[in-house]
Amino acid sequence: MDGMDGVDGVGRMAKRERSGDCIEVEGLEKVFRVRRRTGPLRRERREVRAVDGISFTVPRGQIAGFIGPNGAGKSTTIKMLTGILTPSGGRLRVAGIEPSRDRTKLARRIGVVFGQRTTLWWDLPLRDSYALVRRIYRIPEARYRANLERCVELLDLGALLEVPVRQLSLGQRMRGDIAAALLHDPEVLYLDEPTIGLDVISKAQVREFLRVLNEERSTTVVLTTHDLTDIEQLCERVVVIDHGRLMYDGSLAGLHEVGESERTLVVDLERELPPIEGVPGARTVRTEGPRQWLAFAASASAAPIVSRIAADYPLVDLSLREPDIEAVIARMYAGR
Amino acid sequence: MVERIWWGTRAYCLIVGMWVRATLTYRTSFLMMAVGNLVTTLLDFAAIAIMFMHVDELGGFSLAEVAFLYGTSCTAFGLADLLLGSLSSIGSRVRDGTVDTLLVRPVPVLVQAAADRFALRRIGRMLQGLLLLGWALSGLDIDWTPVNVLLVPVMLLSGAAIFAAVYVLGGAFQFWAQDAAEVQSAFTYGGTTLLQYPPTIFAEDLLRGVTFVVPLAFVNWLPALRVLGRDDPLGLPGWVDFASPAVAVACCAVAGLAWRAGLRGYQSTGS
Repeated sequence: MDGMDGVDGVGRMAKRERSGDCIEVEGLEKVFRVRRRTGPLRRERREVRAVDGISFTVPRGQIAGFIGPNGAGKSTTIKMLTGILTPSGGRLRVAGIEPSRDRTKLARRIGVVFGQRTTLWWDLPLRDSYALVRRIYRIPEARYRANLERCVELLDLGALLEVPVRQLSLGQRMRGDIAAALLHDPEVLYLDEPTIGLDVISKAQVREFLRVLNEERSTTVVLTTHDLTDIEQLCERVVVIDHGRLMYDGSLAGLHEVGESERTLVVDLERELPPIEGVPGARTVRTEGPRQWLAFAASASAAPIVSRIAADYPLVDLSLREPDIEAVIARMYAGR
Repeated sequence: MVERIWWGTRAYCLIVGMWVRATLTYRTSFLMMAVGNLVTTLLDFAAIAIMFMHVDELGGFSLAEVAFLYGTSCTAFGLADLLLGSLSSIGSRVRDGTVDTLLVRPVPVLVQAAADRFALRRIGRMLQGLLLLGWALSGLDIDWTPVNVLLVPVMLLSGAAIFAAVYVLGGAFQFWAQDAAEVQSAFTYGGTTLLQYPPTIFAEDLLRGVTFVVPLAFVNWLPALRVLGRDDPLGLPGWVDFASPAVAVACCAVAGLAWRAGLRGYQSTGS
């Protein structure tokens, strides 16, 4: 069991070995049988392949972001990784455990946060929910106190511990939920849309916490999100799932290449001129008075383009815009 | 196995404790519900008592004997209802997908579902059953042989276990049909009402049904008839009166298997 690895220093969380694969998935499948009423008595049985042969591994200590449109199969995948759903086919290992077979054993080693449903006790002070977690997970007293202290500090929960959960705001409750999922030192933390519905400050707080957690404890983090800022700021690894299949698996930078994304150079000239021409690799996409927008491949260097424009045109100022990941993914979905 | 049961029970008590404390944050509401519950169940027996003001016996049973049946049925059911009654609302959790949150905790789902929304007010039914049972016992002239003395608590516990099995079975069924709670009520609330009356007033086919199909007759009828020194209307062999614990164990085993199957078939909801 995990609570055994001792407290190293006051308020610090134990650090884990950052090596090997924490999650191994091979040819994972999930087929739902759906019955639909087609008449007063007739029913139609249909098979829906929600997850259709997905393979990937997540090394220990990585933050991996799962993205994809609604109904793409990413929640179903996460539910199989937590043992909520039994796979219809394929191989699955989390922390060396087969989730659907040893669900309760796995439960001790993972933490799960559902963005849209709280596991806290609505009518009781926040502290009471944590006390129950301690006893249900059998967390040793010293470890519990150290973990709670650290979570309270990082998530700014100090003033909220004695407040009944029903009086917390959505952002406060989400922070409370995340702390509840971490008191037993899970090796893997799953977050299903952790920033959904939160304001900008709460989102930033949650992201910062996850970054620190991952650094301090080497906790493997798997999150699903529709907020691409989550991905840009947190995830070294992006997995795009659509129609139950793996569309992309790799770094964020690589996603731009695959998606053929473009950077934009915005140039301000001395006066209004016809669209800039004759710059290899770049094309003018928009003009507005003396300002012009030029698009070029994200993988190409901006330097030759800038020097060419500076040589041929009366350049006053310029700025460079990074590609919009949202557009990249939209293009990816459209081209399936 | 023993450790599993011990931790399961412990977790059950912990979760129940949380619900009791949560309930007590709304003190007035709790008191009104408790009083309301007590009044409705007492009215049940009042109806029987009023009936006896006009007739001397019901199916050959005196008021005290009917009170004995009522008390045993009510206590057994009350105990099961108090501990596992929440299982009848697992269907709504299946429908909205919140079984998910139960599945990621290191506590058996059955334990969590049984303790979910634990309602202390349900204790009223059991207390009322015990009260009536005490009253009946004081008014009855029973031959207190050691066998009879033992049979009463065994009957109550086996009866509670049989009703508990019905709750678990009904809960398991709700994984497939989320609106099955009404069917389940027919066997739980309907069953306990049936058992409050002497078996002699019912048709033989019904008696056979509740003996061999849904073994509710083992909750109190068969052992109670032995305690009261009466023959059972179906003329079954005498040892059947002592079969309640065995029947209870069998029921629980079947219910346990059904629960596991139900849980395996859980499909969660989208997102």
